[in-house]
Amino acid sequence: MSDLVLLLATGLGLGALYFIAASGLSLIYGLMGVLNFAHGAFMTAGAYAAWLTMGALPTAWPVAGRLLVGIAAGVCVGALVGLVVEVVLIRPLYRHHIQQVLVTVGLSLAGVAAAQGIWGADPRAVDKPVWMSGTTDVLGARLPNDRFVYVLVAGLLFAGLLALLHLTRLGLVIRAGVENRTMVEALGINVHRTFTVVFALGGAAAGLAGVLYSQYAGAVSPAQGGSLLIFAFIVVVIGGMGSLTGTAVAAVVVGLVQQLANYYAASGVGDLSVVLLLALVLLLRPTSLKGATA
Amino acid sequence: MTDRNSSPRDGAGTAPVLELDDVHVRYGGSHILQGVSFEVPATGVTALLGRNGVGKTTTLKAVIGLAPRSGRILLQGSEIQTTSTAKIVRGGIGYVPEDREVFGGLTVDENLRLVAPDQGVEAPVVGRLFPDLVARRGQRAGTLSGGQQQMVSLARVLLRDNALLLIDEPTKGLAPKLVTEVADVLAEVARTTPVLLVEQNLPLVRRIADRVVVLDAGRVVHRGAAADLVADADLTRELLGVSMRREGVA
Repeated sequence: MSDLVLLLATGLGLGALYFIAASGLSLIYGLMGVLNFAHGAFMTAGAYAAWLTMGALPTAWPVAGRLLVGIAAGVCVGALVGLVVEVVLIRPLYRHHIQQVLVTVGLSLAGVAAAQGIWGADPRAVDKPVWMSGTTDVLGARLPNDRFVYVLVAGLLFAGLLALLHLTRLGLVIRAGVENRTMVEALGINVHRTFTVVFALGGAAAGLAGVLYSQYAGAVSPAQGGSLLIFAFIVVVIGGMGSLTGTAVAAVVVGLVQQLANYYAASGVGDLSVVLLLALVLLLRPTSLKGATA
Repeated sequence: MTDRNSSPRDGAGTAPVLELDDVHVRYGGSHILQGVSFEVPATGVTALLGRNGVGKTTTLKAVIGLAPRSGRILLQGSEIQTTSTAKIVRGGIGYVPEDREVFGGLTVDENLRLVAPDQGVEAPVVGRLFPDLVARRGQRAGTLSGGQQQMVSLARVLLRDNALLLIDEPTKGLAPKLVTEVADVLAEVARTTPVLLVEQNLPLVRRIADRVVVLDAGRVVHRGAAADLVADADLTRELLGVSMRREGVA
């Protein structure tokens, strides 16, 4: 019983990280039709920004305080990178999907190379608050405390994005744009401004994911964003491009399947099982779990 | 090309609200519009007619910036052929597309709030012209009937102050009773706002249009009073390939 509780909790924690990484990706694709392979580079940028910020702050500060400032820095850097990439590289290429893919793939590779060139290829350890390194007994299982943080942050992000989509004018334009962006423009709405905001939002979510994933891994490394991006893409495809709720459901399912398969089958089978799950969903429900609505 | 003398209903004598001068549209290797030129007077309804595939919808899309175009297009004397769609719309052109294109996942009220954030279905024009929409404010637009979706599509553009309305086949696929309802709305709207109307329903054209412009193979082949065209069975058959007796209702 305690094993199952532990697996469910860690699976939820992993799913929470996947959701944070995938939410921005889903919004960007849903509204703009851009398959953003540079999303991993945004995560890496956020992670390194947080690591540098935490390192620059006085060591007399509590680690939790430095982490909070680091998260803020990671989110801001992610948003800034997203904004600049949209304005400089993506905007001239709307409706040129192949070129968009090439540009974002190139940016992703360049991001890894740049990080390696500046900070080296080896992982750099990140400070972790003592409480997040500890465990809490729940139903006989000792659950890692950091998983509670990931689930809490993912829940807050989900609620915040839902509120944005359903309670604000920007959200209304995004939901309409996911359905038919040409018609949004034909109603006199500057959809390109919305694209920029959504790309910046996606970058911010990616930056947040990068920081939290570095806490999960205990280190930052140049390729970290890329490995998280693979699972984020799988989550978005299973959940439905542009569907926030679908993304959340898929993230939880993927996290749980991965953890359970790793434990009950063999270590490493979890990744394979996620790919099989993706294939199964594409075969049985090609339109994904939730369809393509925001 | 035939060009009949203008009647008093044409709006002739006033500055045109829209002018197209040698407008071309090319998609890939296809040359869809081949030098289209005509004017839309500042009052009444101008019907854009022609057989299927001659470029009527493309003409509206060229005006609104949804088709790649060359040539000159002037709205109230200002060139708009290089202006973005959103700016053209904010500049005074309302566009009701073929097939309505409402946002099916949004409610009726949300569809309208995209254009009028502070009003939605509370806007006076909605209550006056589309009372049924007020009652269905919370219903998802995708679950409405075709006629109701057409009302949403029309209501959406009427929430702005328009210098001109482009309306593409508003009665397409509608039951006869709904065609009459839509025609009533169009007639009411046209009292205050000039309309460029693409329509296949000739009785509707006869009822509400003042002028007609007929396209064939991407070129203007006839301009004149609507009444003259629909009264001339031979000309109607020659230009449109249809007979009034076999046409729909309005």
